[in-house]
Amino acid sequence: MFDHIDLVKAVFGRLTLESLPLHEPIVVVTFIVVALGGAALLGVLTYFRLWGYLWKEWFTTVDHKRIGIMYMVLGIIMLLRGFSDAIMMRLQQAIAFNGSEGYLTAHHYDQVFTAHGVIMIFFVAMPMVTGLMNYVVPLQIGARDVSFPFLNNFSFWMTVGGAVLVMMSLFVGEFARTGWLAYPPLSNIGYSPDVGVDYYIWALQVAGVGTTLSGINLICTIVKMRAPGMTMMKMPVFTWTALCTNVLIVASFPVLTAVLALLSLDRYVGTNFFTNDFGGNPMMYVNLIWIWGHPEVYILILPAFGIFSEVTSTFSGKKLFGYTSMVYATVVITILSYLVWLHHFFTMGSGASVNSFFGITTMIISIPTGAKIFNWLFTMYRGRIRFDLPMMWTLAFMLTFVIGGMTGVLLAVPPADFVLHNSLFLVAHFHNVIIGGVLFGMFAGIAYWFPKAFGFKLDPFWGKLSFWFWVVGFYFAFMPLYALGLMGVTRRLRVFDDPSLQIWFIIAAFGAFLILLGIGSFLVQIYVSIRNREALRDVTGDPWQGRTLEWATSSPPPDYNFAFTPVVHELDAWHDMKRRGYERPLGGFKPIHMPSNTGTGIILAGLATAMGFGLIWYMWWLAAASFVAILAVAIGHTFNYHRDFDIPADHVAGVEAARSRALAAPGAHA
Amino acid sequence: MVRNLKSLVVLPLAAFLSGCNFVVLRPAGDVASQQADLVTISTILMLLIIVPVMALTIFFAWRYRHSNAAADYDPDWDHSTQLELVIWAAPLLIIICLGALTWMGTHLLDPYRSLDRVSSNQPVPAKTAPLVVNVVALDWKWLFIYPEYGIATVNDLAAPVDRPISFRITSATVMNSFYIPALAGQIYAMAGMETKLHAVINEPGTFEGFSANYSGAGFSGMRFTFHGLDKRGFDAWVAKAKSGGGDLSREAYMQLERPSENVPARSFAKVDPDLYRAILNMCVEPGKMCMSEMMAIDAKGGLGMAGINNTMPLTYDKQARRGTVFGPGPAYVAGICDIAELGGEGPQDAKPRLPSGPVVGAGLPKPDLARVSLPPLERATYLIPRLEKNS
Amino acid sequence: MTAPVATPLAAEPVFYLADEHAHAEGHSTMLGFWIYLMSDCLIFAILFATFGVLGGNYAAGPAPKDLFDLSLVAVNTGMLLMSSITYGFGMLQMQQGKVFGTQFWLLVTAVFGMCFIGIELYEFSHMIHEGATPQRSAFLSSFFTLVGTHGLHVTFGLVWLFTLVVQIGIKGLTSANRRRVMCLSMFWHFLDVVWIGVFTFVYLLGMLR
Repeated sequence: MFDHIDLVKAVFGRLTLESLPLHEPIVVVTFIVVALGGAALLGVLTYFRLWGYLWKEWFTTVDHKRIGIMYMVLGIIMLLRGFSDAIMMRLQQAIAFNGSEGYLTAHHYDQVFTAHGVIMIFFVAMPMVTGLMNYVVPLQIGARDVSFPFLNNFSFWMTVGGAVLVMMSLFVGEFARTGWLAYPPLSNIGYSPDVGVDYYIWALQVAGVGTTLSGINLICTIVKMRAPGMTMMKMPVFTWTALCTNVLIVASFPVLTAVLALLSLDRYVGTNFFTNDFGGNPMMYVNLIWIWGHPEVYILILPAFGIFSEVTSTFSGKKLFGYTSMVYATVVITILSYLVWLHHFFTMGSGASVNSFFGITTMIISIPTGAKIFNWLFTMYRGRIRFDLPMMWTLAFMLTFVIGGMTGVLLAVPPADFVLHNSLFLVAHFHNVIIGGVLFGMFAGIAYWFPKAFGFKLDPFWGKLSFWFWVVGFYFAFMPLYALGLMGVTRRLRVFDDPSLQIWFIIAAFGAFLILLGIGSFLVQIYVSIRNREALRDVTGDPWQGRTLEWATSSPPPDYNFAFTPVVHELDAWHDMKRRGYERPLGGFKPIHMPSNTGTGIILAGLATAMGFGLIWYMWWLAAASFVAILAVAIGHTFNYHRDFDIPADHVAGVEAARSRALAAPGAHA
Repeated sequence: MVRNLKSLVVLPLAAFLSGCNFVVLRPAGDVASQQADLVTISTILMLLIIVPVMALTIFFAWRYRHSNAAADYDPDWDHSTQLELVIWAAPLLIIICLGALTWMGTHLLDPYRSLDRVSSNQPVPAKTAPLVVNVVALDWKWLFIYPEYGIATVNDLAAPVDRPISFRITSATVMNSFYIPALAGQIYAMAGMETKLHAVINEPGTFEGFSANYSGAGFSGMRFTFHGLDKRGFDAWVAKAKSGGGDLSREAYMQLERPSENVPARSFAKVDPDLYRAILNMCVEPGKMCMSEMMAIDAKGGLGMAGINNTMPLTYDKQARRGTVFGPGPAYVAGICDIAELGGEGPQDAKPRLPSGPVVGAGLPKPDLARVSLPPLERATYLIPRLEKNS
Repeated sequence: MTAPVATPLAAEPVFYLADEHAHAEGHSTMLGFWIYLMSDCLIFAILFATFGVLGGNYAAGPAPKDLFDLSLVAVNTGMLLMSSITYGFGMLQMQQGKVFGTQFWLLVTAVFGMCFIGIELYEFSHMIHEGATPQRSAFLSSFFTLVGTHGLHVTFGLVWLFTLVVQIGIKGLTSANRRRVMCLSMFWHFLDVVWIGVFTFVYLLGMLR
């Protein structure tokens, strides 16, 4: 009855042997390296019998601290992938002159720049930002976990699911060749009939669910679970920025979900939202995606601002200057970020009045941002500044970010944008703010909170090496792009005619190479720090003379964070406690109510990923089966009414006694 | 820190010395020069605040370093109303200036606005009609049609010096951006839509133009040359195109429109006078309904149930080469007007041709039947006779 | 959460709660669910906006007045409104702690919900049969997507509702189950509100267009 071919098609959809990119040597070699590395990793895990440990202690954990750490690991792994794409682009652009086609075909190169953008934003910056918020916010507000611990685990695994889909596209099929926002009609089925855009859509949809839920979770945590006495205006600045970021997430990611759903309907069902014909309008997509896209950049930068605030205040040994105006500036940025989306496409021809409105609202955002810079500046004024690594990143940020801010405001002037839009000037601008702002912030945050998470500091030598490579590399990589933009060179070009431009691209490639050394030094730094952890050990839990509550507990904090919920009287709560002679409680412990681990999150996310894979390859049975399974597992999960347990008082007493012994040991306060 | 700053200063400086072509800052057209001026003025305005901030950052970091015990240390100083006022007011003032500049600049340099000057000291002479150029972005080349001269060129554009140019821009494919840095800022080229750009070239020379919005595999090669020519040179250029032969009829256009990469410059001595309108309205292909017509019909409430099955399946069709799994095959809406009417006022004619009164479901074939096999039509007037027969 | 703590800044500041009570389970569920509903509302907002932009693009095909059967839609609206009322009765029963009454009214709600879905499916199939498919024009694309997304929500609400009826049967009206009934109630009324928007902007204004 069934034809053989039809059966194969029914099972594998459009997946055939030709879908494997065996003709691309670069991809094959990458695959072999990844496969060998992966096999080695699996072998090591199996040999040391770590699977049970990983499953019980990490994969199924609902502890916000472990989830935060896993987010960071995900971000760092994806940074390696995203950066490989970057260096491939730099290399291609540096050699594709004088008739040379470079070493990448258009088919490959166009995937590389798309993947670079998608990965860096969604799977590097977002996980890192979410990871730091997850780790730090509950500690800063004196809570024991987030509001919905299971949801937190589920959100994380959904993000991983999206990342897995993007990684899969490297070896099975291909990724989108549309640019990171996949504008139709190019991304519509007519112009991109293959699986690339479908990978894009489902990776972002799966990860987007996780991001939205994690946003809801953290808002609830901040609103509902603050320690007694911590009013809104006594919240640490990082928590404030986290709150605003999560409000932005919840108020913008649904837009992305909706617009990608419409695009997928166009691609799968043949509707006419963004088509040229039958009354569709592709420009609506451009509007809608930027209504999400602009708040997205503030989602990334606000937590970085929060980190810089904490770091500046701590390392200057001083209260933050202008806390109130800092908070208001953050809130103003949050609101204004919804009123500027059109500045991404002034060149669409919306008319002078519309363009000037959006140009001016964009410029207005620079006022609160400028106020923030001044606040950090005057926090340093009359301080005692210690130049540890987090502070170094902060200073590099302040010097770098203002340049990016300036070029940003310049691009907000519509007539200037007409000549600089889509040019390498624009590319330089947003790397200037995202590397100089977000990434420097993440590195500052990692160096700052690493001792809290693991109980030992990061090695300063390799950290400083990484810092200098990054900073110098950044200037080498992106200052030439500003210059090229002023020479009228546009972005996403694969080959060039004008040989006089080559030198600039070679300088930029050199800068990218320095950044590679920076990433390498960062990885070495982590390795060296783990190896020398005893020498770098901090038992006080407060290695930087911190000011906020996370430094009140041990490093790493116990599962329950705080044996007793702290009571807050002032803005810098821990600083206040230290000043007024706070004594750590040594007895009277009570059982602590905590959520239990569950594997439901990873199972659901795995099924969602399988569903995405089925939809991408038209394997309808897989998509349908996964969908039914998701429903079944989710419903099954709601029949579990016992989701928490008590940590016995004895156990708490034991943990706290161990800490007392460590604190009393000689050299603890060295 | 010092090193960062150095690279910041040295790099652009070195660039200027090496004599690179910063065409965006030193263009050859009046519009682009005004835009470049705006870039420079805005940058200087912002440097007023950026430079002090950077200097203060470095100074404070150095002055209040931990090892400097001589500096004041005031750990509880965290508020100063005067300072806060300055902090908010300084950027505000800059932004007010910049905002005013933006408002004026945006209106003055609106690409849709006709030029009133040729250069800073030369208004547009009276009775000078601008040179109209119709621009079409194709996969992956540019088509330029000169209605005034009845010629067309591919990847080759010329204009006389000091005569205003009026570009009408559209796309026959995905979104592109039409950009000649030496002449004026860019504007998107979008299918089924027309954008406008007014510009003027002040210096003779050869300049580069390209698409500034990624549009697929052949994007890198989507470049063209723009010649600024004196009057005689321009006339010679037109004459050369005229004598070069080639006729850009609808059929020739359908061939030209098919995707190709790195296309060398070429010209056509003759152009179908309605071609640009047909491209803009996505109805070059015989039988397709033009956008303008469709929009006019829609504005009057659609064609009702009578129009429901008016989707023409066609296997080779660029605009509609769909391939959805669940949807129907490729299709388009068949035109109900004569293509020749496009030359005139087109859309308004749509109404009289429609039968008056309700035509709901007037004996039209069932959806399935309609899709199976309708013969490709030379003129898609099939709807009208059919309706007449049944009513 | 922020229980008032008597803390005179003088002699003995209190820095921790020696005798605390754990956060009650589900202490932030209501807030979280509200925020979720608002994010869902944003999805509908985008679909409404899309319909607003594309709703007049008939591609020389049928317009709302050619397709919609207002009396049918009015009956359908009645179904959904009735289901909200019966859900309210269910909530009253729950307040009084009546397990069977709660289950009964929830099931009545489900019947109305299923009628709503049934009528909507009939309407859709009728339109598709006539040739007014989602692919015919941008207007129909946005119509089917907006109304269909609402219908999909109602369908998931029904799945949730049946699950809850079973759970109430097994566990009774525990605090966890009460919380779930409350959440579903918010969800159900939210869909009602969205439908009022659909009825007004899509159907009524569509007929006037």
